[in-house]
Amino acid sequence: MPAPSTIPSTAAPHRSPAPPGPAAPRPATGQFARALRRNLTAHGFLIGAVLCFAVFSWYPMIREFLLAFQKTESGRTTWVGLDNFRTVANDPAFWQAWGNTLLFTVLALVLGFAVPFVAALVINEFRHAQGYLRLLVYLPVMLPPVAAVLLFKYLYDPGYGLLNELFRFLGLPEQQWLQDPDLSMLAVVIASTWMNMGGATLIYLAALQSIPGELYEAAELDGAGLLRKIWHVTIPQTRLVLSLMLLMQVIATMQVFVEPFLLTGGAGPEGSTTTVVYLIYQYAFSFNNYGAAAALGLMLLVLLAGFSAAYVKLSRAEDE
Amino acid sequence: MSTRTLIAPARLARPRGRAAYRIVLGLVLVLFTLVFLGPLYWLASSGLKDAQEVIQTPPTLVPGTFTPENYTRAWEVMDLATLLLNTLYYAFGALAFQLVLDVAAAYSLSKLRPVLGKAVLGMMLATLMIPATVLVVPQYLTVLDVPIVERNLLDSPWAIWLPSVTNAFNIFLLKRFFDSIPKELLDAASMDGAGPLRILRSIVLPISRPILGVVSIFAVVGVWKDFLWPMLTLPDPTKQTLNVGIYSLSNGVPVNVLIAALTIASLPTLIVFLIFQRNIMSGLTAGGLKG
Repeated sequence: MPAPSTIPSTAAPHRSPAPPGPAAPRPATGQFARALRRNLTAHGFLIGAVLCFAVFSWYPMIREFLLAFQKTESGRTTWVGLDNFRTVANDPAFWQAWGNTLLFTVLALVLGFAVPFVAALVINEFRHAQGYLRLLVYLPVMLPPVAAVLLFKYLYDPGYGLLNELFRFLGLPEQQWLQDPDLSMLAVVIASTWMNMGGATLIYLAALQSIPGELYEAAELDGAGLLRKIWHVTIPQTRLVLSLMLLMQVIATMQVFVEPFLLTGGAGPEGSTTTVVYLIYQYAFSFNNYGAAAALGLMLLVLLAGFSAAYVKLSRAEDE
Repeated sequence: MSTRTLIAPARLARPRGRAAYRIVLGLVLVLFTLVFLGPLYWLASSGLKDAQEVIQTPPTLVPGTFTPENYTRAWEVMDLATLLLNTLYYAFGALAFQLVLDVAAAYSLSKLRPVLGKAVLGMMLATLMIPATVLVVPQYLTVLDVPIVERNLLDSPWAIWLPSVTNAFNIFLLKRFFDSIPKELLDAASMDGAGPLRILRSIVLPISRPILGVVSIFAVVGVWKDFLWPMLTLPDPTKQTLNVGIYSLSNGVPVNVLIAALTIASLPTLIVFLIFQRNIMSGLTAGGLKG
């Protein structure tokens, strides 16, 4: 599933000035009591959310680190050093899962990054039916994932599926989309792109509409054609949004789970759609090996933390 | 729309340009309709076919048989009414918790500014850096045995509601909006003797309606579309969500009945989307994106 992201609005938020510092002279207890009361009220407003974060977010984060170095057998928990990491790295599925995840990410970037951008470019040129086209691309985003994914399972069916019917019509060879190890990942990516491209398309459209028209006019005076205008005006002007979306897509697609889980049962033919997150899921919920699941999770976390940090840096840059 | 785009308006004004524009527009309209509405048409129409026609090769574009009973059967066999009500219950419960707790927290962080507020905000935003799927395992273990209160929340709606509050992104959106409310406005109310709660209710919330709408949509859609978390924490079939319930029964029912069920399951969000499309799509690009 696509993950959270921020596209900061272009309007710079007005920051209210910092509260008066303690440097102001304080006439004894009256002010202190007021400050205390103000803080108690403020913390009262905060406490509900903080408790939820503490129990369901911060504590699990710490626990993830601990679990990775522990083993629990028949109710006894012991420290095992790097054993869990060794178990995971020696699993024959380990490299396959990373390879598949990388393949999915690359394919999803080629399709899931380029297709919405091109769609936005095309939609933005029209003076008619823009609303209808926007509505269409966003429609799949609103479907429950189970409906969207199982729908694709039928479209991909080698016998009665619509896709092979289309291939027959075009005179192309029929394919065993989800049963062929060479095609299964591509099939998953196509379904995933269809389901998720709406959000990215709308964000690109918003970015395209903020490009000053004079830039295109200037480029035309220099004799630039369509492709050169895209390359020299459109892309540089939307670079920040494009890079943010790219990072967000990498973070989201590296965590892919639902699409392969529902389309191919997770592993897929010859393990061709086993992803890292599916492997984590298997360790934890099929083999009850929480230590191995946490160890693998920690590896994914470290990798994605790099991308997340870059994302935060970039979105700060845009905020300014 | 008057914004200047890639193609010069002068070129479109010429007869040849106009013709080319019409052709491309027509082609794109057909292509997009086929790609995005086609599968949905196929879903709804296959739900009307009988058991034989639905798996026939080649498939029929217009149903030759007409068996609307599939829809009633799907409704009964898969107990869609229960699944739908469950999902509504979880989604709107999560919405209520987020609106109360996250709005209060964002208000406190933005306007009341307690000691350590910055640190708390930083720790909340730090959770955005942790991939959600990595946290699923320790979160699941936490739900099995919640610390301090020592309760098992499996199969309880709390397992959905409370973790949904840890939505740092929504808190961030709310806080950023609250930050933009002029301090003078609140100071004036404060001078008149209004307490923080009163100020929140009668000044901050009315101004913040647009962002509250965006946050609410994210909250409801988030629960509605979630799959892994409800699958793990709500194993009892009578308590499952639409997504999980249909998935777990998907192998036991005939294809045409399952397709009918998928059509029914798609309808609520599609209808809500068609009604609120303007708010949803503008909120998405104005405030940020969460899909």
